[in-house]
Amino acid sequence: MIFGRIKDVNACRLPTGGEIDRRRALSFSFDGRSYTGYAGDTLASALLANGVTLVGRSFKYHRPRGIFSAGPEEPNALVELRRDGRQEPNTRATMAELFHGLEATSQNRWPSLALDAMELNDLAGRFLVAGFYYKTFMGFPGWHFYEKRIRAAAGMGKATTELDPDTYERQSAHCDVLVVGGGPSGLAAALTAGRSGARVILVEETDGLGGRLRSERETLGGVPAMRWVAQARAELESLPEVRILTRTTAFGYYDDNMIGAVERVADHLPVPPPHVPRQRLWHIRAGRVVLATGAIERHIAFPHNDRPGVMLAGAVRTYLHRFAVRPGRRAVVVANNDDGYRTALDLRAAGVEVIKVADTRPAGPSAWRERCAAAGIEVTDHAAVTRVHGRLAVIGCDIAPLDGSARPVFEPCDLLAVSGGWSPAVHLHTHALGKIDWDDGLAAFVPGAARQAHVSVGAARGAYSLSACLADGFKAGAEMAQAMGFTTGAVPDTPASDEPDQRPIQAFWAVGSGKKRFVDLQDDVTADDIALAHREGFVSVEHLKRYTTLGMGTDQGKTSNIIGHALMAEARGEPIPQVGTTRFRPPYTPVALGAFAGGDRGRHHTPERRSALHDWHAANGATFVEAGHWLRPQYYLAPEEPAGKQSMDVAITREVQAVRNAVGLVDVSTLGKIDIQGPDAGELLNRLYANGFKTLAVGKARYGLMLREDGIVYDDGTTSRLGEHHYLMTTTTAHAGDVMALIEWYLQVVWPELDVHACSVTEQWAAMALAGPKARDVLAAVVDDGADVSDAALPFMGVIEARIAGVPVRIFRISFSGELSYEINAPADWGTRVWEALAAAGQPHGLRPYGTEAMAILRIEKGHVTHAELDGRVTLDDAGMGRMASSKKWFVGSGMLDKPAFTDPARPKLVGLVPVDGKTRIPAGAILVADPEVPVPPGQLGPEKLGHVSSSAYLSPTVGHPIALGFVSGGPTRRGETVWALFPLRKQEIEVRIADPVFVDPEGGRLRG
Amino acid sequence: MIRITCPHCGPRDQDEFSYAGDATRTRPADPATASAADWHDYVYLRDNPAGPHLEFWHHIHGCRRYVKVLRDVTSHQVLACGWPDADLEAAQ
Ligand SMILES: [Zn+2]
Repeated sequence: MIFGRIKDVNACRLPTGGEIDRRRALSFSFDGRSYTGYAGDTLASALLANGVTLVGRSFKYHRPRGIFSAGPEEPNALVELRRDGRQEPNTRATMAELFHGLEATSQNRWPSLALDAMELNDLAGRFLVAGFYYKTFMGFPGWHFYEKRIRAAAGMGKATTELDPDTYERQSAHCDVLVVGGGPSGLAAALTAGRSGARVILVEETDGLGGRLRSERETLGGVPAMRWVAQARAELESLPEVRILTRTTAFGYYDDNMIGAVERVADHLPVPPPHVPRQRLWHIRAGRVVLATGAIERHIAFPHNDRPGVMLAGAVRTYLHRFAVRPGRRAVVVANNDDGYRTALDLRAAGVEVIKVADTRPAGPSAWRERCAAAGIEVTDHAAVTRVHGRLAVIGCDIAPLDGSARPVFEPCDLLAVSGGWSPAVHLHTHALGKIDWDDGLAAFVPGAARQAHVSVGAARGAYSLSACLADGFKAGAEMAQAMGFTTGAVPDTPASDEPDQRPIQAFWAVGSGKKRFVDLQDDVTADDIALAHREGFVSVEHLKRYTTLGMGTDQGKTSNIIGHALMAEARGEPIPQVGTTRFRPPYTPVALGAFAGGDRGRHHTPERRSALHDWHAANGATFVEAGHWLRPQYYLAPEEPAGKQSMDVAITREVQAVRNAVGLVDVSTLGKIDIQGPDAGELLNRLYANGFKTLAVGKARYGLMLREDGIVYDDGTTSRLGEHHYLMTTTTAHAGDVMALIEWYLQVVWPELDVHACSVTEQWAAMALAGPKARDVLAAVVDDGADVSDAALPFMGVIEARIAGVPVRIFRISFSGELSYEINAPADWGTRVWEALAAAGQPHGLRPYGTEAMAILRIEKGHVTHAELDGRVTLDDAGMGRMASSKKWFVGSGMLDKPAFTDPARPKLVGLVPVDGKTRIPAGAILVADPEVPVPPGQLGPEKLGHVSSSAYLSPTVGHPIALGFVSGGPTRRGETVWALFPLRKQEIEVRIADPVFVDPEGGRLRG
Repeated sequence: MIRITCPHCGPRDQDEFSYAGDATRTRPADPATASAADWHDYVYLRDNPAGPHLEFWHHIHGCRRYVKVLRDVTSHQVLACGWPDADLEAAQ
C-alpha cells in the first residue's frame, strides 16, 4: 500500500506555486527529528510537506490526531514550541510561522507519539463519556485525590518554569476607523475609509494580506485576485493616515469601542532582534470598527472523523494554494455545500487523485457540481461518509447513500476533505454585546443588531462570494469614514468576480452511529456525549457546555460549537435559535500573559518609592524593608557585622537602647503630609477628626483620630497649626493617598461651601524624628543662630520654624517613641544635609540611626497603636481612646457610635500581653482563648475566641522580656488574668497575662522632660 | 475599558479614574440632628439597579476632580458625565 508515512524530504510539496520562498530553505525539528521547510511555511504546512500527518494525541482518549485546519481554529495540532524560558505549550502548528532552527514537540503522549500507552483510554472510552469524571471521582476520597492523576493522564502542554528572556510592550492607538481582517472585505473597507483621509488602522492576523484569497484560485476581471490584493496594499501603504498591522490578532472588543490586539512582532524569528519586543499589546480606541473577520469552516460528525488525514476542505485548499503542499495523494471529499466541489477541482488541478465527492444534499442544480462532473470527478448525491478506516492515518472510508438504498462502499484514500459549511466569525461582534441571529439559508449564526459603533462585513456577516465581500467592504469603509465626519468619493465599482453562484447549503450535522463521532476534537466530545447530556437533562447550552466540556478548550469550540448546539436542538426537537448559543468572550485566541504584563515585570512590576534620605541609609549599613511601595531602613549594621538574624537582633536592641538612654534618629518621610489652607481649614479639621480642633493654637500640634462614616477608626496622625489659616496634617504611611482623596471628596462633593484648599506635600518634605533623653542637647547644638529650643520656647506639642545647617526647617515636638522627641521637616532636596548635621551633632551623645524594627518596639512599649491595631474593625473605645471623642460637636462617624454592636461589653479591647513564663515570644496573629484544654463543643471548629494578638515585640530591651499588644473581650477589666495565645501554624500554646498596654513610662514624664 | 468625560479634562480612559461610589444616596441634610436611622440608610443601604446608575468617579490620575457619571451597568455604556452637583438624569 502507498499509505504509510512518507519519509522523503518535501515529498508532498507541489513543484510550483504557493507564497513560499523556495530559495530560503529552513531546517526545523519535530519530536527530535530534523526536517526542511521554506520561508512562508507554517509549522503545519512544513510538516505536511514532509509527509508528517500524525502530530498529537487527543486530550481525553489519547487518540492519534493530525492537522485539521489551516488557521486559528485548529483544535488538534497543538505542540510545544521552542525550549527553556521560551518554551510555549499548546501552540497551534497552523499559526506558528516557520523559522530556521524551530524546535517543536508533540504533547500529551507517552512514551511516544506513535505508541501512546494512554490510548487505552480510547478502548475504555465507554467508561469515559461526558460527566464520567464528576460521577466517578466526586465521592470518597474526593476529586482532589484523583485530580492530579487525571490531569497527568489527560493533559495539555506544560508551561515552562523558567523566566521568559524576551521583552513585551504595550501601546495605545486611536483611529477613526479600525478594520479587523485583511481579506477582501477588510481591504475594500480600508481603501474607501483611507481615501477619505480618515485615520485607519487595519489589523490582520496572519503575515500577509488577502485573507481567503491567499487560499483560493479566484480571479477578478480575468486576473488573479491576489493581484488586486497587491494593488490595494500598495495604495493603502501610500496613504499617510493608514497603518497596517500584520501578525496582529484583535482578540477582544471592549467597552467604548476599545479593541485589544496582540502583535506578534518577533514570533516568526528564532529570537527577537536587539531592542525589539517579542510581542506588543495594542489598546486601540476606534471611532468606528469594521469587522471583516471572515468565517470558520465546520466539519461533520461521522465515525472516526478525527483520524489524521481528515481535514477541513477549506484548509486543504489553503495548503494547496498558499503553501504548495499536497495534503494527500488520494482524496475523498464529503460536504453539505458547494465547497466540496471547489476542493475536489483544486485537488485534481494539483495532481491529487480525487476518488469521489459525496454530497449530502439530494441531487439538484449546481454550477459547481457541473464543473466537477465535466472534469470527470465522480460525484455521489445524497451520500455521506459513514466510517473512516485507519488508526494513525486515514487509509480509506465508507461512503453510503443517506436513504439507506445501498450498502456502504469502501473507498481507499489518505485524505478526507470535509466541509460542514461555514460559520461567520461573530466573536468580536458578540464581545461588543451584539446580538446574533440564526440564518436558515446559511445554516449559521450571523451578526444581528450591534450595540457599539461597528459593522460586520463580507463573510463575517455571511456574505461569502468575493463580489459581495468587496461591495460590502467598499460601502462600510465609506459609511464609517462619513460617520466620523470625512467626505468620501463615490463607492467604487466592484471588479467582476468569475465565480459561479453557489447552491444553498444543507443543514447537516452528523451521520452514522458509534461512539466516536467527534463534535469537539480538542475536548474529545462526541455526538453521543451530546445525546447523553440531553438524556440526563443538561439541555440548555450552558449546561451542555459544562457537562460535556464542549467548546471549553483553548480553541473555544471554533469548529464545534454550532454542531454541538445543532445536535442538542435536534434532540430537543426545537429549532437552533431556540436552543441558543453561548456567548463568546475574549480572548478570541489565547494571548500570552507576558503580552498583558508588558514591561510591568520584575522590579518594574510596581513602582518603588525611596525617601529623600535613601542614599544616606544605603551608605550607612541600612537593611531595607518594603512598606507598601516604600523602601525603609529596617535596622542598621556596622560594616564588620555579618548579615543574619543574630546581627539583626543585636542591632535592633542597640537602636532601642540608644533612643531610651541617649538619642536616636529615624527617617519618617513616608508619613503622609497634607498642606491645608483657607479660612475654613479649622472647620474642615474639626469635622474630619473625632477630637476637637477648634481650640488648636497657632504654633501647636495635636494628635487627631479620624473615623469612617460607619464609626470605625480610619486613620491617625498629628496635625499642626502653622498660621491663622494654615495647617499641616500628617497621616499614616499606608493611608497617605486615601486620606488625600477623602479630603478632596468632602471638599468637592459634600462641603463645597468650605473655603479650603488641600494639597499633598508628602514628597516635598524629608521628615526625621530625633528622639531620646539627649535629643534637646543635639537639637540645641545644631540649630542656626542659637534658636531657642528650650522646654519653655518649644514645649511638648509645640511647633517652631528654624534653620539647621542653613536649611529652613519646621520642628515639631511630638513623640511616637515616648521619649523627648522632635520631628524635623526639611525640604526634600536638602533633607540629607539636615540629617547629616543632626547625626554629626549627635555623635558625642551616642546618637544612632534607627529603623522600622526599633521604631515598632518603641511604640509597642508605649502602647501606641498603628495599622496593626487600627485594622478596620476597631472603634475608639476598642483602642482605649473613647474619651478622645468630642461630645460637643458633630464629626465624621459620630452618628454611628451608638450602634448596639459598638457598645457590646464583650467587644475585644486593647490590652498589653506578657508571657507568664517571662520568656516565650507571643506571635502577632495568635488567637486568644480562655483555656485550650477545655473540650471543643460539637459543631465548633475550636475553642471560643476571646481576641487576638495584633503586635508583638519579641524582646523589649526596656522591659526585659517579650511583650505584645492585642485585643481581648472585656479588655482592661481583665487586667492580671491569664489567657492562652494559640498559634496553630507553629503548634504553639502560650500562657499570657493581660497587662496595661503602656509598658514604659505610663505617666508620660519622659516625653515632657 | 469605558471612557469618562471629565468636565475639566475631557474624555479620558477609565484607567485614570478610581470608582468613588454610589451617587444616588443622599447625605442627611443636617448631620448634627440626623437620627441613627438616617445615618444607617446613608452608610449601609444601596440600590442595585439593572440599568442606568449614578455614580462618582475620581479623576485620580488627572485633575483629581470628582465626576458624576450616569452609566448603564448592564452594558457599561456611559450615558452622561458632569460635575458632582449636576442633574444628569434630567439632562437625559
Ligand atoms: Zn479631570
